Amino acid sequence: MLAFVIRRVFQSFVVLLVVGLVAFSMFRFVGDPIENMLGQERTGADIERLRGQLGLDQPFPVQYFKFLTGAAQGNFGVSYRQGRPVADIIAERLPATLELASVSAILAIVFGLGLGVFTAIRRDGWAANTIMTLSLVGVSLPTFLIGILLIYLFAVELNMLPSFGRGEVVDLGWWRTGFLTESGLKALILPSITLGLYQMTLIMRLVRSEMLEVLRQDYIRFARARGLREKSVLFRHALKNTLVPVITVTGLQLGSIIAFAIITETVFQWPGVGLLFINAIQFVDIPVMAAYLMLISVMFVGINLIVDLLYFVIDPRLRGDSSKATA
Amino acid sequence: MMESRLSRAWQSDFLWSFRRSPTAVVSFFVVLVLVLGAVFAPLVAPHNPFDPSSLNLMNGFSKPMQPNAFTGEAFWLGTDDQGRDVFSTILYGMRISLFVGFCAVLFAMVLGVTLGLIAGYSGGMVGTVIMRIADVQLTFPAILVAMLIFGIAKGFTPVHLRDQMAVWVLIFAIGLSDWVQFARVVRGATLVERKKDYVQAASLNGRKAVGIMLRHILPNVVGPVLVIATISLALAIIAEATLSFLGVGAPPTQPSLGTLIRIGQGFLFSGEWWILFFPATTLLVLALSVNLLGDWLRDVLNPRLR
Amino acid sequence: MKIRTTMLTAVLLASTSTYATAETLNWARAGDALTLDPHAQNEGPTSALSHQIMEPLVIRDMTGKIVPALATEWAPSEEDPNVWAFKLREGVTFHDGAEFDSEDVVFSFNRAMSPDSDFKELLASVTEVRANGKYGFEIVTNGPNPIMPSNLSDIFVIDKDWAEANNATKVQDFEGGEDTYAARNANGTGPYKLVSREPDSKTVLTMNENYWGKDEFPMEVTEIVYTPIQNAATRVAALLSGEVDFIQDVPVQDLQRVGSTDGLQVITAPQNRVIFFGMNQGDADLKGDDVEGKNPLADKRVREAMNMAINREAIKQVVMRGQSIPAGVAMPPFVNGWTEDLDSLPANDVAKAKALMADAGYADGFSIQLDCPNDRYINDEAICQAAVGMLAQIGVNVRLDAKPKAQHFPLINNLETDFYMLGWGVPTYDSEYIFNFLAHTKGEKYGSWNGTRFSNPELDQQIQRLASETNLDERNLMIANIWSVVQDEVLYLPIHHQVLNWGMAAKVDTVVDPDDEPKIKYFKIK
Repeated sequence: MLAFVIRRVFQSFVVLLVVGLVAFSMFRFVGDPIENMLGQERTGADIERLRGQLGLDQPFPVQYFKFLTGAAQGNFGVSYRQGRPVADIIAERLPATLELASVSAILAIVFGLGLGVFTAIRRDGWAANTIMTLSLVGVSLPTFLIGILLIYLFAVELNMLPSFGRGEVVDLGWWRTGFLTESGLKALILPSITLGLYQMTLIMRLVRSEMLEVLRQDYIRFARARGLREKSVLFRHALKNTLVPVITVTGLQLGSIIAFAIITETVFQWPGVGLLFINAIQFVDIPVMAAYLMLISVMFVGINLIVDLLYFVIDPRLRGDSSKATA
Repeated sequence: MMESRLSRAWQSDFLWSFRRSPTAVVSFFVVLVLVLGAVFAPLVAPHNPFDPSSLNLMNGFSKPMQPNAFTGEAFWLGTDDQGRDVFSTILYGMRISLFVGFCAVLFAMVLGVTLGLIAGYSGGMVGTVIMRIADVQLTFPAILVAMLIFGIAKGFTPVHLRDQMAVWVLIFAIGLSDWVQFARVVRGATLVERKKDYVQAASLNGRKAVGIMLRHILPNVVGPVLVIATISLALAIIAEATLSFLGVGAPPTQPSLGTLIRIGQGFLFSGEWWILFFPATTLLVLALSVNLLGDWLRDVLNPRLR
Repeated sequence: MKIRTTMLTAVLLASTSTYATAETLNWARAGDALTLDPHAQNEGPTSALSHQIMEPLVIRDMTGKIVPALATEWAPSEEDPNVWAFKLREGVTFHDGAEFDSEDVVFSFNRAMSPDSDFKELLASVTEVRANGKYGFEIVTNGPNPIMPSNLSDIFVIDKDWAEANNATKVQDFEGGEDTYAARNANGTGPYKLVSREPDSKTVLTMNENYWGKDEFPMEVTEIVYTPIQNAATRVAALLSGEVDFIQDVPVQDLQRVGSTDGLQVITAPQNRVIFFGMNQGDADLKGDDVEGKNPLADKRVREAMNMAINREAIKQVVMRGQSIPAGVAMPPFVNGWTEDLDSLPANDVAKAKALMADAGYADGFSIQLDCPNDRYINDEAICQAAVGMLAQIGVNVRLDAKPKAQHFPLINNLETDFYMLGWGVPTYDSEYIFNFLAHTKGEKYGSWNGTRFSNPELDQQIQRLASETNLDERNLMIANIWSVVQDEVLYLPIHHQVLNWGMAAKVDTVVDPDDEPKIKYFKIK
């Protein structure tokens, strides 16, 4: 067990290094940060001086090494765009993204589960078929367009919901939350629908197919034959057994929620880390981009590691074998 | 045992269940019409929007079916901000979207199936490394992966070739972010098949590993791979549109459907609805039909659910 | 964290206002200010926000005219032509109550001239700044500088003691890794005080009750809530739905909708920025074209033909929805040296252009790549696209590569593009600024934005002489001569002068600032 854990942790560490390397090597192609940092009156000497100051004149391996040693100590450098420590900026922005992501995830899970069960039970009913088809409409349009259409409908035409931002936030000292004000909650509605729609469809379809799979298993037939009430069969036996793969996939899908938050946050001017990342790309804010990507990979590698370890605990057959039943 | 599940399905039930599903029939014909329209765009489209010398800027913002105020020319679905005929631009744009989608999925499929076969058949260190990479990439957001790859690939392209390389870079980026699903399914199936008697027998008979994989194992995974490929196609087309919104898409002079939607969304409030509406509807119908086909395919090829 | 004052404070501050009607202005534009440090970034949105909180010695009012701010009088010194003397305003206090005097000005100017400052180029001719008593201030230059005050309108003054107390005497220092206090906090003398700021999200300002000009200016807005909204459609939506009162950058296609919406209005004015194309005319051969061993752009006839092929009226009409002023010269109309004659449009004559192309030996045309930004100027990508179509008519087959500005501008500076779009604003309102950057041979000190590889040593000499010519008539003659060479060479292909479009609630009464830097103290509320 210990050997397995050590190996996995070591592998995760290597993965982080590689992600960092890839991310870091990308930055030289995004553009030249100097262009944005100096005004149009800058001279060649200014450019060279600033380049030296930022350490961009050093060979690539040196820059990467410096970044890693800094990152290991929790120091991601200073944002080129805002001139502040990156760690502070991310800490300030993370609550907005986490609140949006969690509300979207909850929406996706609640509606995904509910509709999934419904469409599985009424497999060939017209309502179930309509829901199945409509759910596909949601994933057949790009996220940004759905967001803009929602804004057009609910903010401009109906004037019901805000089109941008988080509304009033309450500062709890270490966390700025939009959950405690009316405008904050209202501001959450459109972005979280935009962000959660895709995951909802995914979960719904997964629940449906898993339910159908389980419902034709022998033990369900036996349960029915024994005269158990249908409700009990469906929810106590069928749904329970459906949940394991659903939870796995949902966990892994957290990644997509954070990633698609980039687009949702851009459309709704949601002041989270996704918007920060997009701004960083436009400004070639290398420290922020690097920190964001490292943050994301730490999160996902962490999730992956936990899932792996859980599997190991649950199912010893999977020792040294990482296949998870997600396909 | 040699006869695969797919070929049996094809001979006996496949067409039958196709005819029985109105959704499948309709989706199939919609996709067929759209693909044909895209492939034969130069013959179907009344204009060539990719030929800049044929454009007249003054035709810009013509309403559908109404003659332009300056030039008097009329266009079925109107024109966009550059005076391009929207109908023709959609056909040509769909061509790019479908091309990017098909190539990206093909690339992902070849890569994923190959790596999946290798990982499943050889196991051991190689298999672990491949699946580790797959795990990480699966959790790493596809859009982000595509953005990273796009950034890097564009950096390696010579400055004066960048506009022509954009489409290939897109294919590479979307494809590379999408191979994991294939690899996982193929590896899983390979693990199962490898243990079976006929494969063991073939292996004892001295057949080469490559031969065994191609002749015996591959046919068994065609079904699931096809399902994933179909759904991936829809995803790839949408991904291209999303990337376009983030500024990493097809060039504006040779727009894909995604680029057209990105351009069109700027005209949502100004009353020129047709610049957004028609490309968006086309994308919706295309992706929806492909998804519905994928759904149906999944049901047919998964006999446990029948 | 100190600055993260809660909304409660905002409410309290607002309620102490003596005005019966509190008017909040919800102001949005595409980009946020990058920093509050007044000397770190010479960039539009940053200066625009700083102008509400801090003040320079002299300021351009909303019509572009230079008027007093922290200085009340200024003139070249009678004893020494190399010295400008300023009389400072008395009785002014900073937001924290500290008194304003010449020490603060000397400190701020030295800060603005430090190597990390983004404003040091504007003060490049300054050798020394010194106090002359408590309310006297002098700038010493390395030669007579007749246009010095016009360089000072964005050089903000901050409190010396405040900066020293908070370890903010240095401009943003990237090596230190420290949060520069001044990047997040501000203590100016301006009409509005900082209440709270969340970068990229929201900045709240409230009226400075002790402002020296409280009775001199309208000051009818009592609170400013500033929000950047990047996505153009969302920004317009926010204005249409009434969530914001004022946006600085209405997309041209939405002007009509905004203008015709009840309770909203649009005002427009020419901006101090001209958009043009540059061409590599100096190299013997081009990398990105399909002509072997020759540079088609080196042939003046080709450049003339391209100039004729571009239909500027059509670009204005369709791409810009009428919101541009077609240009015949790469110089905004406000600038000293501009004449109507220079700015007259080249004839749009495809037949004649084709004849010129044939004359030059390119009857079958050639192909070339156009590099274009897609997030810098109004409809930049669409303008380039339109130009592609127009140039195709004379056989110039243009491949367009549109990309973010961070990738575009390095191409010009590293001479990696043969055909590119550029826009130019002239903060000094004088032609010399254009020549220095765009017409002089590219070198260390001059011509840093000249990507054309054009080099004319004789012209370079004339350009350099402008700086020291004190006879204004003589100087203007020299400027006219240089322009005639530039125009004759077809150094650039001018497209148009940009027009600013401000959309706002009907209750807001203001004019458009030509530098796109609204000074809200001038705003009236109906």
